Amino acid sequence: MIASLIAQASEWQAPELDWHALAPELVLVVGINIVLLVDLWIDQSKKWLMASLAGFVMLGAFIPIVTLAVIGDETRSMFGGRYVIDEYALILKALFLLVGYVIVLLSQTELEEGGYYQGEYYVLLLVSVLGMVMMASSRDLVSVFVALELLSIPAYMLAAWRKRDTKSNEAGVKYYLLGVFASGVLLYGMSYLYGTTGSTKLSDIGDALTDDLLPMQVIAVAFVIVGFGFKVSAVPFHTWAPDTYEGAPTPVTAFLSVASKAAGFVGLVTMLFVAMHPADGVYEPFLWILAALTMTVGNVLALRQTNIVRLLAYSSVSQGGFILMPLAVMASGDAAESALKSVVIYLLIYAFSNLGAFAVIIAVSRKTRSGEITSFGGLMSYAPGLGLLMTIFLASLTGIPPLGIWIAKLQAFKTVLDAGDGAAYALAIIAAVNTVISAAYYMKVLREMWMKPVPDGDTTPISAPQPVWVALGICAAGTIVLGLVPGLVLRFADLQDLTSAFGR
Amino acid sequence: MYAANFLLLSAVLFSIGVFGVIARRNAVMVLMSIELILNSVNLNLIAFALMNDNVDGHIFALFVIAVAAAEVGVGLAMVLMIYRNRRSIALDELSEMKG
Repeated sequence: MIASLIAQASEWQAPELDWHALAPELVLVVGINIVLLVDLWIDQSKKWLMASLAGFVMLGAFIPIVTLAVIGDETRSMFGGRYVIDEYALILKALFLLVGYVIVLLSQTELEEGGYYQGEYYVLLLVSVLGMVMMASSRDLVSVFVALELLSIPAYMLAAWRKRDTKSNEAGVKYYLLGVFASGVLLYGMSYLYGTTGSTKLSDIGDALTDDLLPMQVIAVAFVIVGFGFKVSAVPFHTWAPDTYEGAPTPVTAFLSVASKAAGFVGLVTMLFVAMHPADGVYEPFLWILAALTMTVGNVLALRQTNIVRLLAYSSVSQGGFILMPLAVMASGDAAESALKSVVIYLLIYAFSNLGAFAVIIAVSRKTRSGEITSFGGLMSYAPGLGLLMTIFLASLTGIPPLGIWIAKLQAFKTVLDAGDGAAYALAIIAAVNTVISAAYYMKVLREMWMKPVPDGDTTPISAPQPVWVALGICAAGTIVLGLVPGLVLRFADLQDLTSAFGR
Repeated sequence: MYAANFLLLSAVLFSIGVFGVIARRNAVMVLMSIELILNSVNLNLIAFALMNDNVDGHIFALFVIAVAAAEVGVGLAMVLMIYRNRRSIALDELSEMKG
């Protein structure tokens, strides 16, 4: 075998690289090294520069994405279709970089005041974003796996960033153990997919799978979904999420609940649409149960939370159920295109609203030093600006028009109606009931802010730092504009290239 | 074909690994169980590469080995961290947050 490999090697040719298409990743890689080196030589008193530098790297990587989107009418693919830059990838890369930038803004003062290691933090954050950016383009089992680990391993360390705090330790260890276990299960599924189809390229796997699946292929599809289920914290694989979200530093929590979750969904969507679509007999019922459980359990547990971060953790679990819903019906009727659209739209809008809510929590807890919901009492009386923003974000998360997420929910319901069979309608009813339940706990926070008195009569105004206000501005603008002008994001998703992104 | 033997062995290894992750309370033992799972995957990939007569599986296995090393590096650092703060690496004692 070795001899034949060496014989092949002489006729080996370097693959052709499309440097423009790879530019976002390259900017990130170069930026990571610059941040690492500058951190090595910079004086301790100038460490605040690291945040600006990391922010510039994120924005720098954004530029080639814009130019690609402006120029690009053809799909650029490399390595024989194993690394593809299409509209789908571009939109999600833009999302990940924007979320990364907002997280840098949110982390800045938290890190300076907490005395944490700043340079290393931003390096890990950038590496994680690089993994996400890669995930959006990966169309091969190996690169999906490497991207997943590239985005997860730094996130484990970020969750445990407060080294001396036992809660943060616990958050990191729980996230790490379940995350690594999940990637083991995912890999086992991937190895069966490779073994039964003979290729690691996703589109080849999709061609090789047929309607009558081998038992091993059934196991493979189930294991792959379980592996990503942990990443997107779908019930019953959500147990790490609330503990990790509560224990990790709040900016990291925001990052995990938005970007890391979105990256998990991107991987799952790519696997489902490109590789596993003939296996709809297996994944449809499986995802149906996951979606129904995730929405319901997440909501019911959120109802009895007293800690605001835990409440948002369970809320983000249940929002994950809404994102799973279109995927659970994508093979019935002609729902496939609209399922892809609604997942992308949901991920985009959810990112703005959820990040905004976390930004308000970061600003308020600078004063109250507490994570309890009661610490928000009377927020409107002494910080009307923050109170109003929190109202907007929570109302959007509930799905009240004309704020962001209602469009996403509408699109998800539309997909289910497109599918139009009994199971889909049942799922739609469960989702509708859950929307109402979720209103209860979002309103609990709002009631605290608007109606209740200030807990200890302390009405000194909140001094939120400049970067947090910028982050709040970006999130509020995203939430409101996308809600008022849904055409903006819907047209985005109507692009021919997005719906035919995977050649279907 | 004899490749089936490899798959059987790897399935057994995988099951032992999953059992270890679920049942063990010592963090280092859990890390070792995770290694068992990852190595069962490697065995699978090599056996399948033999069956399919292409090198994709070998390449994949190399990537898995490299990533597993990185994962365990982070994992051992975390075990060290909880040991410093608690003088214990029993996972069931990590239950400050509940609900």
